[in-house]
Amino acid sequence: MSGRAAGLGRAVTPPLAVLLAVLVVWELAVQVTQPPKFLFCGPIDVWRAFLDDAGGLSRATLMTTLSVLLGFGAAALLGVTSAVILSWSRLLERSFYPFTVFLQTVPLVAIAPMLVLWLDPGLPAVSVCAFIVCLFPVITNTLVGIRSIPRAQVELFALYGASPLQALFKLSLPGALPNLMTGLRVAAGLAVIGAVVGEFVAGQMGADRGLGIVVVVSARQGDVPVLFAAVGLASLLGLAMLGLVSGASHALLHRWHVSHQEE
Amino acid sequence: MSPVDTQTGEGAAATGVPIELRAVEHGFGAVTVLADIDIAVAPGQFVALLGPSGCGKSTLLRLVAALDVARAGQVCVAGQPVRESVRAAPHPVGDRIAFVFQDPHLLPWRTLLRNVELPLELAGVARAERRERALAVIDEVGLRDAHDRYPAALSGGMRMRASLARALVTDPAVLLLDEPFAALDEITRQRLDEKLYALWRERGMTVLFVTHSIGEAVFLSQRTIMLSRRPAGVVADQTIELPGRAAALAAAASGSDGAAEALALRSSEAFHDHVKRLHGRLMVAEGGR
Repeated sequence: MSGRAAGLGRAVTPPLAVLLAVLVVWELAVQVTQPPKFLFCGPIDVWRAFLDDAGGLSRATLMTTLSVLLGFGAAALLGVTSAVILSWSRLLERSFYPFTVFLQTVPLVAIAPMLVLWLDPGLPAVSVCAFIVCLFPVITNTLVGIRSIPRAQVELFALYGASPLQALFKLSLPGALPNLMTGLRVAAGLAVIGAVVGEFVAGQMGADRGLGIVVVVSARQGDVPVLFAAVGLASLLGLAMLGLVSGASHALLHRWHVSHQEE
Repeated sequence: MSPVDTQTGEGAAATGVPIELRAVEHGFGAVTVLADIDIAVAPGQFVALLGPSGCGKSTLLRLVAALDVARAGQVCVAGQPVRESVRAAPHPVGDRIAFVFQDPHLLPWRTLLRNVELPLELAGVARAERRERALAVIDEVGLRDAHDRYPAALSGGMRMRASLARALVTDPAVLLLDEPFAALDEITRQRLDEKLYALWRERGMTVLFVTHSIGEAVFLSQRTIMLSRRPAGVVADQTIELPGRAAALAAAASGSDGAAEALALRSSEAFHDHVKRLHGRLMVAEGGR
């Protein structure tokens, strides 16, 4: 246990030190140059702004978190399912895979207005935005994982008369797990971006809660400290998502996969 | 040929089943890999397959395992013809056939024990029983102390032993090995050869053993079949008799002074005569038919 705590300390201390240094330099620079309040502010102003409206900002964060979790969770489930189905035959893959690439290449800001028109501009539209940006990395990585399982292992299962379900749960999914985790790691960060962009658009259509909306409104009002506070909270949300995926990945892989072996 | 070699007293229990290839031809696209192969293997016989690289030895094993289906001719295992790939239908002898690949191909997310349990698990054997049977074979291949380790924490030789244990856990009537020990160092390979021989003596399954090494073929097999360059046919079919082999390897398996006995066997005159003869044949086979 103490070994694990020490490991965590080793992992967390250096970036925290860097963060602290950046905050100090930032605050000093602001104190010395005194930029106009509506253009730039220091970390202390941001902290005060957060305390002034802690309730509102927390509710906005909660709203965005909910959209992110919904979109990410749905993308993880549907992405893995789609990858499994696509892996059944080359024909299926050739037929449908190009359309999943569409999800990756079409700009989210271009389709977000449509989503907001069709769906409720609150939670539904925003979580669908998060979902769309998450789906592609999950499908691609899972598919690569399933395709990379050695042929001999597949044949071994065939030789022992494994049913399709046995092959799926005892070979394909565990074999693809390291790749799937990579996909989820990418998706975790994208989910926050997708949700915030969705909220930008939803905010124009009457939605009134979410970090993206706080960003738009405070920018329009020239309220730089609140703007920074919202951006900071969105980054923390992204970090938390990444931590969640990394934790799950560690729990599932550390005993057997090279990516988690101690040096 | 009788399963029990009367001169050397080799061959044993009644586990093994016959394997027959009649006028078998196979290939991929325009390339013919195997041409007109006729081989009959008696129940419980240990047969080594030799031949130039890429000549189709592995293809032959795959046909017997029903991983591929012959283009022409017939492959029979235990008298049952192989008509469909195992991807479409169960093998004629069910799970009583086992295949050991050149790489151990253990599942890295399972411990050694759970890897060895896999064939039983897929067949629906109850947890307690499969655990007991898996532990028994793990013990036989000498890995008891490592049973809860993951493959990443095993050496190459240990992984191969684990792969052998997984193949044996279903108590197969046919054991197919495709250059199983080729990637191991010489000493580890010899220890595994001795182990394989002892396991075969004890269980009496029919063995087809593909190897590049003439010495390994002579050391292990009752009969060595040599294939020619592609399209491959049988160019030599030699009965291997090594006086005192069974006794020497029984000693080797029981430990103590076994290594010396095995070494004596490997340096005996009979051993070298067989190697020399097969070597000459292989030179001819390399040159084509």
